[in-house]
Amino acid sequence: MSIIEVNNLTKKFGDIEAVKGISFKVEEGEVFGFLGPNGAGKTTTINILCTLLNPTSGEAVLNNFNVVNNPNEVRRSIGLVFQDPSLDERLTARENLEFHAMIYNVPRSERNERIKNVLEMVELSERQNDLVRNYSGGMKRRLEIARGLLHYPKVLFLDEPTIGLDPQTRNHIWTHIRELKKKENVTVFLTTHYMDEAENCSRIAVIDYGEIVALDTPSNLKAQVGGDVLTLKTGNDEIAALRLKEDFGLDVKLVPSESEGTNSSGIYFEIENGDKFIPKLIKEADLNILSINLRKPTLDDVFLKLTGHAIREEKADVSTFHRAHMRMGRR
Amino acid sequence: MISLRGVYIIWLRDIKRFLRDRARIIAAMAQPALYLFVLGTGLGAAIGRSGDYIKFIYPGIIGMTLLFTSIFSAISIVWDREFGFLKEILVAPISRSTVALGKAFGGSTIAMIQGTMLLIFAPFVGVSLSFLMVLKLFAVMFLIAFSLTSMGIVVAARLKTMEGFQMIMNFLMMPLFLLSGAMFPLKGLPEWMNFLVKMDPLTYGIDALRYIVIGIHSYSLPYSLVMVLSFGAVMISFAIYAFNRQN
Repeated sequence: MSIIEVNNLTKKFGDIEAVKGISFKVEEGEVFGFLGPNGAGKTTTINILCTLLNPTSGEAVLNNFNVVNNPNEVRRSIGLVFQDPSLDERLTARENLEFHAMIYNVPRSERNERIKNVLEMVELSERQNDLVRNYSGGMKRRLEIARGLLHYPKVLFLDEPTIGLDPQTRNHIWTHIRELKKKENVTVFLTTHYMDEAENCSRIAVIDYGEIVALDTPSNLKAQVGGDVLTLKTGNDEIAALRLKEDFGLDVKLVPSESEGTNSSGIYFEIENGDKFIPKLIKEADLNILSINLRKPTLDDVFLKLTGHAIREEKADVSTFHRAHMRMGRR
Repeated sequence: MISLRGVYIIWLRDIKRFLRDRARIIAAMAQPALYLFVLGTGLGAAIGRSGDYIKFIYPGIIGMTLLFTSIFSAISIVWDREFGFLKEILVAPISRSTVALGKAFGGSTIAMIQGTMLLIFAPFVGVSLSFLMVLKLFAVMFLIAFSLTSMGIVVAARLKTMEGFQMIMNFLMMPLFLLSGAMFPLKGLPEWMNFLVKMDPLTYGIDALRYIVIGIHSYSLPYSLVMVLSFGAVMISFAIYAFNRQN
């Protein structure tokens, strides 16, 4: 039995369909990742799963409880760390945890012990009696993760858990998440738009414009890209792309331009044994090559291949408008 | 659906926050003191009945404090929304009705504490309070505070940001205060104003307070209490309804 089962879930905000009939299952003990750009429908899906939003249609079952019919049972089964902080800044860290323990009915006899343990885990024991308003962003996030675990949830939802945090704190938080999975067999459901973060997941659902475009392990997803990724900067990308297609039969794509006025900032293609191909390319191709970059495929490449656009592509087009609406919708 | 334990937890948090904020408690005493001693003395002198007038407005000022504190406490829900803490409450495994009730009791307790603190002004305005009077005042103050906090919750559930607060101040709190007869007797008023005065639930609350403190009143005590009680029942129902529709 899967811990989460989602069937044909949709959510509309007015005319905008934020989630377009997605289905997936999450197994117990997994670290399941939702990967996609801002506004792809990640937070909307999480909000439905944690009973903050009702779906427009479709079904979601968590720990054998339907999120619409049994919201209280679902809430008891989950821990949540939101994208935006949700602490009472005028209480101390300890008081925030006590409030949480009480409201989730943690037995009084266990309360102090559990609070002590989670505080140690996130290394906040020494600052537990400080008001949260005096905490840094990273400390707040760590406190929220500690709070999310206090009632031993079956599933811990982490919505962009490390957004806006420095790399050191990000690593720190990931160490906690991995420990948790090992010690408590907690299922972790997280959303992210950081590719390197998604690599930590057991399985990843790639989501874009409200649809799941792929669902697999990070290594299988990367295998889809096939071989290495070779990126070239040339004097004229269009001509270079055409030549490579004709002479080598390669499927060459343009790298979306980062600056105004140019169409592309290089070309890229996938190829087996890219390191051996480079000498051949230089010898045989009559191209004005400025630079060559060879690398193993990353989830960025997977995302680009699956959706046709980069994950952090932020341009003033229809999609930005769409995303701005999504952001309003999830408040 | 309503869990007493849940109500207690929500209540406890509001009380903890209130007791921590000593500056706010003291500041909340300053405004009523100004109204009572400056406005009371000034207006009293102008109508040539200085001592009587201060005594007359004293229950009205207690009512004013209950009004302001109740609404402010309820409006803290909007702060909770802005700071994100409301989400923590809304995803907790307690019903929305429980949250609304907890908030209503929390706000009314805080308002009652502030109202009770004003009782130390009694000797300075020439009112002597017996133990029984204080007990009666507690009961009436609780009724008033509970109704007003519930009303505040209804408003706060709709208010998405604190920017709307000025509107609440100008179009809800000040009219409720000024029309309640806190500052003047409800006699010989023009018909339009008489109507508005009767529509103001605080009118009956303050009338009941005044009945107990100095024996002057426009309505009978049972009538006033029934009016406050009915208003409170309607408002807490609305508040529970509004909270159940929160997303």
